[in-house]
Amino acid sequence: MELLERFASGDLEAFEALFRQHQKEVYAWIVRIVRDTGIAEDLTVETFWRIYKARSRFQPEGNFRAWARRIATNAAFDHLRHSRRESGLPEDLPCATGADPAIRRESRERIRTAFQELPAKYRLVATLALIEEEPYNNIAKAAGISVALVKVRVFRAVRLLRKKLNCLGMEVNAK
Amino acid sequence: MSREGNNKEMKDLLKQVIAPASDTELRRDLWPQMLRKLEEAPAPELHVPWFDWALAAILSAVLLFFPGSIPALLYHL
Repeated sequence: MELLERFASGDLEAFEALFRQHQKEVYAWIVRIVRDTGIAEDLTVETFWRIYKARSRFQPEGNFRAWARRIATNAAFDHLRHSRRESGLPEDLPCATGADPAIRRESRERIRTAFQELPAKYRLVATLALIEEEPYNNIAKAAGISVALVKVRVFRAVRLLRKKLNCLGMEVNAK
Repeated sequence: MSREGNNKEMKDLLKQVIAPASDTELRRDLWPQMLRKLEEAPAPELHVPWFDWALAAILSAVLLFFPGSIPALLYHL
């Protein structure tokens, strides 16, 4: 019996084999969204836990990789939604090298705060599209939405960020 | 300015503050953690939807108040 069929029928060894095959990729995807290695590890385990629980719904002829990425995106989204007001962006969030020195520390903090305060559905697509430069169709597949909706959410995220930054006293042109 | 122009402007601003994740390498095997989670998970509860409970209640009431329907029910089983 094929690995995916064995997994779908509840074989723990098949699940372990799939876990070992895909854990790095799932982790790498999640860490790009949540930007915290510890949380990304926990969410990777949570993702595979959801995968294991939903194994009977998996079609063995389907694409496990895409399915896992979709579930990982949902797990990361749930985390963003629940952590929005509880914690800020991690302290060790990497700053871009060669950042414009004109952007002062205070301004950077304001941009981070504004970004963190975005609703989770906008923050998810904004992180992937604007910071990680992931193609829209990949984001759409992972989030289970259309490419058009991804574009709409990116546009709304940008508009909301601009508004928030203006409210925080930063002059960002409203175009 | 176009939507793409607006996005690019914000993208440039954001990227000066938040860099793309550069370290996405998983440094340890998470299987032991996964195994712990599988072992700690409670046995799945038997979940009976409310509709099934309602159906069972209606059937019981019918059998109680109209015992004559029992042979008909058995016939249809």
